[in-house]
Amino acid sequence: MEREKSLANCCNVNENPCNMCMPMGGILAFKGLEQSMVIIHGSQGCATYMRRHMAEHFNEPVDVASSSLNEKGTIYGGEKNLKQGLDNVIKAYRPGVVGILTTCLAETIGEDIDRISQEYLKERGCNDLPVVTVNSPGYGGTHTEGYWLTLRRIVTKLARKTETHSKINVIIPNISPADIREIKRILQLMQVEYVLLPDFSDTLDRPYQRPYRKIPEGGTKLADIVAMGGAAATIQFGLTVDDSMSPGKYLESEFGVPLYNLPLPMGVENTDLFINLLIKLTGNHLPPAIEQERGRLLDCMIDSHKYNAQGSSVIFGEPENVYGVVKICLENGIYPVVVATGSKNHNLKQLLDDLLVNSPVRCTVITEADFTTIRQKSRGRANIAIGSSDGRYLTEKEGIPLVRYGFPIHDRTGGQRLLSVGYAGTTMFLDRVTNTLLEYKHKHYRRSMYQMFYQGEQEGQEFSAESCGEHYVMFMPSDVKQ
Amino acid sequence: MDVPEPVLWDTVLEERKASIITKGKQKKHLKCDIDSVAGCVSQRACVYCGARVVLNPVTDAIHLVHGPIGCASYTWDIRGSLSSGSELYRNSFSTDLKEQDVIFGGENKLARAIDELVAKYPAKVVFVYATCIVGVIGDDLEAVCKAAAKKHNIEVIPVQSSGFAGNKAAGYRAACDALLRLIQPGELSSAPRVNTINYLGDFNLAGEFWIIKNYLKQVGIEVNVAFTGDSNYKALKNATRASLNVIQCAGSMIYLAQRMKELYQIPYLNISFLGLEDTATSLRKIAAHFGDESIMARVEELIERETAKVKPVLDWYRQRLQGKKAAIYVGGGFKAISLIKQFREIGIDVVMIGTQTGRKEEYQTINDLVDEGTVILDDANPSELEKFMLEKGAHLLVGGVKERPLAYKLGIAFIDHNHDRKHPLSGFVGAVNLAKEVYSTLCSPVWQYV
Repeated sequence: MEREKSLANCCNVNENPCNMCMPMGGILAFKGLEQSMVIIHGSQGCATYMRRHMAEHFNEPVDVASSSLNEKGTIYGGEKNLKQGLDNVIKAYRPGVVGILTTCLAETIGEDIDRISQEYLKERGCNDLPVVTVNSPGYGGTHTEGYWLTLRRIVTKLARKTETHSKINVIIPNISPADIREIKRILQLMQVEYVLLPDFSDTLDRPYQRPYRKIPEGGTKLADIVAMGGAAATIQFGLTVDDSMSPGKYLESEFGVPLYNLPLPMGVENTDLFINLLIKLTGNHLPPAIEQERGRLLDCMIDSHKYNAQGSSVIFGEPENVYGVVKICLENGIYPVVVATGSKNHNLKQLLDDLLVNSPVRCTVITEADFTTIRQKSRGRANIAIGSSDGRYLTEKEGIPLVRYGFPIHDRTGGQRLLSVGYAGTTMFLDRVTNTLLEYKHKHYRRSMYQMFYQGEQEGQEFSAESCGEHYVMFMPSDVKQ
Repeated sequence: MDVPEPVLWDTVLEERKASIITKGKQKKHLKCDIDSVAGCVSQRACVYCGARVVLNPVTDAIHLVHGPIGCASYTWDIRGSLSSGSELYRNSFSTDLKEQDVIFGGENKLARAIDELVAKYPAKVVFVYATCIVGVIGDDLEAVCKAAAKKHNIEVIPVQSSGFAGNKAAGYRAACDALLRLIQPGELSSAPRVNTINYLGDFNLAGEFWIIKNYLKQVGIEVNVAFTGDSNYKALKNATRASLNVIQCAGSMIYLAQRMKELYQIPYLNISFLGLEDTATSLRKIAAHFGDESIMARVEELIERETAKVKPVLDWYRQRLQGKKAAIYVGGGFKAISLIKQFREIGIDVVMIGTQTGRKEEYQTINDLVDEGTVILDDANPSELEKFMLEKGAHLLVGGVKERPLAYKLGIAFIDHNHDRKHPLSGFVGAVNLAKEVYSTLCSPVWQYV
């Protein structure tokens, strides 16, 4: 495997970002708590941009408040703004829990949101209102780090040493509401009692319902989070997460809850890991419904394996999701040629090294990636891309079709409904990938065969490998490992 | 849980009351053009956003955001501005400042970033946008840009758009200042030409500038350059060759027009090419300004010809839309004003109307145009939009990306009037597009099921 140097070390410009900033991940995490509201301490734009980004992906109203720091607040401190902001948020939304996230601006001027929020609760006499603060400067990491750090802060702030009980904590990365619902369905089929954090399966994908509620129903209950400290075990789909940001790790070291860090259940093997662990933890049998779903996935893989063999993939996105997609691709012979994430994540690099060692195809792994680099490395090597809609230039400029997966998906509808986890989700994911390969093949093969082989009446025309167009069949010989 | 009893639960927050009026009920003036109230969930963005919106359509410029990654990430290619040439503007470049840069300063990184980009992309102008951080850590943008300009012999223009330094409107001004620096005429600049205009405040969304340019060409008026839809370095450099500036989006461009009048004696006119009425009036206004009989005659011919084409179509829609009620919440005042008239053309009344950055005089015009009882509000939030749409019985909301899901969740039809749309709403063709869109959403069968 080819190793790329960390881009930050050799480059001063990010050209078309492959990641967002920390508070964005924080909002996502908070939106998975019951009756929660978020306020971002910073200038007005941060909250609005992130709301816009989320509203367009989820097709849901996403209300996020801002302390609307102005010039005065920046110079003399934003305490007054934050307190006024909290006042208004509480008045208008009556939240059950408030998340406070900082921005670049608040961190740089040195705002102590812990002190301010504690003081605020005392002054207003509402000490019972749970407030979770997260220091999330945009320059401190990507939205992925913001997401995990926020989860860790939520657990640190709320979980207690309760009496030991039989529930299992399930902590998830940034996956679609449909994926969350699928994980919950599997847990129910396996008759597992669980607490899932964060659960934005309803809050960011609510049914049409009247009357309209400013804060949608759903989300992880606070009482359940409190009890996470007494759970039988934690299953965290956070293989790539650094210990310092890992909520599961915190529950283990603080309360002795055993942590099982698993990859997202994407692909046969990763889903097996999840199911087998549930069997081990509960002693329950594998329900026939799940067994059948596994069988159907295998059937699907066999049905489409020759089509998939023609795929060379470029995969990008958040570390945990990328790892799951790489696994599915490897299991189906859609060998990755480029794998990229905007995060600076050493765990992912190590994990991918282990995973890709048996791939017959040379793969470039890039962390702290931007899209100009991803495009450049994919050019002429990949014929299918898998990731968020931010990869659309791969199609527009390089002719590589994009299977949309992850966050954000802005140029298609239904990002929140994309199902990709478990045996059933993997089957649907794989169909999307295979069908995209087929669609492109059908669209181009007549022309490319004509260009390659038809000599007509003119003499002197030669066959040319290049002339079969950008949609070549099978990976290039130059990519095969020697 | 012991949450303090809400004082104004489900009603309007105290600090917001001065920014909302009902026509005919209150004598007071609407409070506008002020900072957003903390915690109110304003729909506005920031100074940087205002600057980026205005400058981004300059097609062959390098747009470099000096700051941490988020600002560049959230604004990458999210606008529907089209180009007839370079596509460089569709990239979002960032110095991607990290903690170390915040501590030690980002000037060196910025200088190296400009070096890298200029070496890689052929551009004659670089816009360097300041973000919140830059304003706080005190990077000397001016000095870095000056040095880079000298080194590479191109224009490197700082855009003073630190997010916290005002609201979105301050960003418009920062962008105009950057444009003023760019268009400064050199010694070889030629004199203004007759019957030649600059078209200010059009961003060529879905080809809107091209539509208007074609109309003007047909009547004998040349468009020198648009600010900034489908514009480029060379065209902007020659901006002072126009003998008239016409302004579509006044919110973003009135300042530039005023400065160009002071500096280069180019007069300006407010116009709008949204809707039949405004399109016709605007063409006549421009023709009247030049006082050229033949232009005036051709304008009348064009209006007659184009109106005849679209009138039957609009009539068909009006019959089906008559009596419906619309709510409007858009970015700028000019758009809101034109929409009131445009809705009238298809039989729809406006019952709620507001903007993010409307100016006092624009709100006065709005107040004059709307019916008694219409709610007018500045810098609204989702709670207020919900409250007034429901109270006034709106069937339809006009807004942007953030407002869309709110309307849908309330079972209300929606019109996208945002910068990311992919169909034109300008001119005669735009009037038909709007009517079509209104019909497609208001009369959709889906509402039968909710």
